[in-house]
Amino acid sequence: MLQEKVLLTDDDIRRILTRLAHEIIERNRGAEDMVFVGIVTRGVPLAQRLAALVSDLEGAVVPVGSLDIGLYRDDLGRRLPVGRQAPALHPTKMPASIVGKRVILVDDVLYTGRSIRAALDALVDLGRPQSIQLVVLVDRGHRELPIRADYVGKNVPTARNEEVQVRLTEVDGRDEVSLLSPVATPAE
Amino acid sequence: MAIDAPQAISTAASAAWRQAHLLDVDDLTPPEFETVFRTADAMQEILSREIKRVPTLRGKTLATLFYEPSTRTRVSFELAAKALGADVVNLTASSSSVTKGESLIDTVRTLQALGVDAVAIRHPQAGAPYVAARHLHCAVINAGDGWHAHPTQALLDLYTVRQHRGGIRGLKVVIVGDILHSRVARSDLWGFSALGAHVVLCAPPTLLPRRFGEHEAWGLPPAEVEPRLERAIEDADVVMALRVQTERQHTAYVGNLRDYIRLYQISTARLRLARPNVLLMHPGPTNEGVELTAEVAQGAQSVIQEQAANGVAVRMALLYLLLAGEAAP
Repeated sequence: MLQEKVLLTDDDIRRILTRLAHEIIERNRGAEDMVFVGIVTRGVPLAQRLAALVSDLEGAVVPVGSLDIGLYRDDLGRRLPVGRQAPALHPTKMPASIVGKRVILVDDVLYTGRSIRAALDALVDLGRPQSIQLVVLVDRGHRELPIRADYVGKNVPTARNEEVQVRLTEVDGRDEVSLLSPVATPAE
Repeated sequence: MAIDAPQAISTAASAAWRQAHLLDVDDLTPPEFETVFRTADAMQEILSREIKRVPTLRGKTLATLFYEPSTRTRVSFELAAKALGADVVNLTASSSSVTKGESLIDTVRTLQALGVDAVAIRHPQAGAPYVAARHLHCAVINAGDGWHAHPTQALLDLYTVRQHRGGIRGLKVVIVGDILHSRVARSDLWGFSALGAHVVLCAPPTLLPRRFGEHEAWGLPPAEVEPRLERAIEDADVVMALRVQTERQHTAYVGNLRDYIRLYQISTARLRLARPNVLLMHPGPTNEGVELTAEVAQGAQSVIQEQAANGVAVRMALLYLLLAGEAAP
């Protein structure tokens, strides 16, 4: 049995993204040479929304790319959490070269840090950006690698046996973040 | 500019793929075909990069074991494995202990003992890769066995058509030439039929297996047989010319080569009977001036070079699907 607790509603997510967009502009003093890169799957719509907000605020069009990290995972050919099959792949799409650009890497949840490690390797294979900054909607802790986010939507203390579920309209039909916790079944 | 809208983002974490080996396309379900094509799309992006290499299969080894000569298939497998970071060892019948009489089973067992993760086998005997798969824990890929099957060729043919037409369903596909001796024709017949195309086989009666095309014959899917090329090619979406295999010394079947050319050569005039956007395909190597004219082979409707290029992406997809999942128990 899983117990579901809503952490962020659609309004919360909208406000968080607006705040993050302002933080990104503030720290970079504008949006010059900026490229948003979303990690497939749910990082992509988040990157598109942030880029749209930044574009509106700065009056410039900020490009967005999508990055599939499947080919850079460190658990391929080993025991995969999703089962026996290889992870499904999506083409990586970059609007232009990332060489010399400020890459804003976007993902939904930061957990062990292994996805971000894979994403950094994947990005470096595409060229040498001026810098890479990381944005996540939720940081749930339990890092296994020395990786941190530059911009965090919400810090959520979690247990390892809990699961953070991010739903986004573009993928799931609605915006919501919830925490799934196993419920101890009473002993008979 | 922003990338295209995230239309129908697939959220499936793992690929629809249940095969431990790739022996023929008749084992694949339609979702598995789609998995190969989508994975190949992702591989195309890597091949378009300046540095065409990802670390995905680092530490894995592919052996190519070819008992028959081949250029494009073997090189294509090697490039595919290297682009995914795997190591490759190439064995040919003439340079290995096969010349000392080592059996296929002995050879593949030795390869397995040496730590190979996948073997791509080409063999003149139909069924040889199936025998190898029964004796091996590692992945076996059929790179062509006798007259039986050539699944990676069929997959790259399907992938090439899908790229141009968006899909396979409802297309009229005409396969012309030496169907009797063609493993490509058999695998293509399976693949195109499984995905809903209408397949027409066109060949002189001597180059068609008897009762081919009938539902129960040869355990193959039904296909229309039309020996007259002008009738077969009418309204075709895809014309697949097969090689007249002169090296297989079946001249007796072809009869007079001049007659074959007169009746079955794909020419500009004949291609005009097909749909205006027809795709001309050929598994290669072509005999220009025999099964097709040089003019059509280099013409605007020809996708023969694309087929060869897509072969690398499709084989990368297969290596990824076979080797990146958890090893079979």
